[in-house]
Amino acid sequence: MLDSNLHAIVPLLCVILSALAVMAAEAFRSPGEDMPLGGLGLVGLIGAGASAVALWGRNASSFNVIVADNFSLFITLLLVVVGVLTIMFSGPVVARDGLPKGEYYALLLFSIAGMIMMAMANDLLVVFIALEILSLAVYVLTGIRRDDARATEAAFKYFLLGAFSSAFFLYGIAFTFGLSGSTRLDRVGAFLAAQSMSDNPLILVAIGLLLVGFAFKISAVPFHMWTPDAYEGAPAVVTGFMSTGVKAAAFAAFTRVFLSTFEPFTGDWAPMVWALAVVTMILGTVVGVAQSNLKRMLAYSSIAHGGYLLVGLVSANDIGKAAILFYLLAYAVTNVAAFGVIALLGTKDRPNDELRDFAGLWHTRPALAALMTVCLLSLGGLPPTAGFIGKWYVFSAAVSAGYYDLAIIGVLTSVISVFFYLRVVVMMYMVERDAALTPPVKIAGLGMAALVASIVAIFYLGILPSRVLTFASQSISTIF
Amino acid sequence: MSETLIFYALSGLAIGASALVIGQRNPMYSVLMLIASFGALAGLYIQLDAPFVAVAQIIIYAGAIMVLFLFVVMLLNAPKEDGADWDQSHPLRLPAVTRLGSMLAVLLVVQLTWALTEASNIGGAVSGGHDGGTVSSVRQLGRTLFTDYVFAFEATSILILVAMVGAVMLARREGERS
Repeated sequence: MLDSNLHAIVPLLCVILSALAVMAAEAFRSPGEDMPLGGLGLVGLIGAGASAVALWGRNASSFNVIVADNFSLFITLLLVVVGVLTIMFSGPVVARDGLPKGEYYALLLFSIAGMIMMAMANDLLVVFIALEILSLAVYVLTGIRRDDARATEAAFKYFLLGAFSSAFFLYGIAFTFGLSGSTRLDRVGAFLAAQSMSDNPLILVAIGLLLVGFAFKISAVPFHMWTPDAYEGAPAVVTGFMSTGVKAAAFAAFTRVFLSTFEPFTGDWAPMVWALAVVTMILGTVVGVAQSNLKRMLAYSSIAHGGYLLVGLVSANDIGKAAILFYLLAYAVTNVAAFGVIALLGTKDRPNDELRDFAGLWHTRPALAALMTVCLLSLGGLPPTAGFIGKWYVFSAAVSAGYYDLAIIGVLTSVISVFFYLRVVVMMYMVERDAALTPPVKIAGLGMAALVASIVAIFYLGILPSRVLTFASQSISTIF
Repeated sequence: MSETLIFYALSGLAIGASALVIGQRNPMYSVLMLIASFGALAGLYIQLDAPFVAVAQIIIYAGAIMVLFLFVVMLLNAPKEDGADWDQSHPLRLPAVTRLGSMLAVLLVVQLTWALTEASNIGGAVSGGHDGGTVSSVRQLGRTLFTDYVFAFEATSILILVAMVGAVMLARREGERS
């Protein structure tokens, strides 16, 4: 029916077409007419999810540069989940803040398309284009509230530093192309397998530049400077989306490039990533303790989580690779839900994202406080939540690869991080609410449904993880 | 022989024009000198048997981007750098900064000399066989673009669309929404 060369891009096409449909609908709607644009996006995402399931285990590839192996399909399904949850949280937020609806959903869908493309790319050039698609869309989404000076500043900082890091990444691609004569990952890998570092020191330059580019996107220390400002300035629902989606897509490409293409040189890049992982875990946690703004605190928490994911990458064994996938999923579901709570509690005049805004939430909105507690416990890595299993597998990968130091630092920083997660919980349950603050708003159906779905997922991944873990280990066996 | 002469003429033009770009007080002249430098580079590309790159250099850099530069210079309405003020009070004129700058300049020259002498050694390591052979003519370039790189080419259209939507959204004035 369909040329089999095109099978692999079907999930991608579903999302791009729904984004184009949103743009067309916005262009042709009559003034004042309200269109279910989020619904159009959901249709595209569900199409992408269904086609990803249909492609599972078939190892399809298109144009030699897009591969739909189980690894990229796992990430695609993860991104579909993130996208669906984000759209469900967005509905009330877009209406409340008066955001430009058509542009908002179109950019959201385009950036999801970029993320899926990045996970599927088997060519450095396509990785770069996908990275730019998702980055450009996310820069604009960060500054979508144009009346807010903080959002504009955040978007500008994010844009400048992001463009800077893209240049590093592109330079790394240029070096790789100059050395191997190809941008295709399989050809580069075949070329590198026959090389040695002493013959060809330029390989180290290429690895270094690519590493800097990826480290920026996953906000690893010392390339994290943009993260707190961008996460704080963006609307909370966008922060939830970009802290999970961008990270998942960047880690997918990072894992594919470093653990399969540059695999012959693991001994050369592993010490660099080791150092990145250590400083990222420590700085993300220690600075996170000092924050009084919840979004900023979660930004540092997300930096620290990037560090834990890097531990899985350094370990470079099968447990580590499967752990990265599982951890990304657990973190994505949890973080989107946590930022969803913040987004839904905001009002038009005030974002309500300071720590004291959460004081006494248990007394006025017990259900919401309970849901937020679960998210925070999962981020802290306490059983029986998804975060616990994720951390467990990452650290056991480190131990089995002989990186005891990383496992010890990881456990210690996790313990410290529990302090700042529990501080929010204590605020919600035990501190009286400042009477001068307006009482928290009521949360309507769709947002609540998304929250409940995320909580169910957190507990499912935390209590019955074996099924998803099996999928994760099946996914990594196809490419590495 | 004549090829060598043309090479030296064009490189001299490129270097001289680049030096004049930073030597001019009037930013408008700087922009015009930059165009001259780009033109000379385009000539060098033709000598390197890369006519497409040369044409792209003229159209994109000397054409489109420089027009943008000129617009910005004119919009900012900065006909001349104010000599006296700038010379005396600018932080870049502090002795420490000047010394650091000249030190870095010397370092750069040393590095470049080293890199150029070493280049012959490294040159052997860089492989010659690129995908699609040597890209010299527009015909070959088009063929490569629409076979090996067709997906990247199509994906770029999405990228440009996203950039356009974003730019329009951020640049639109408030109250123009329906």
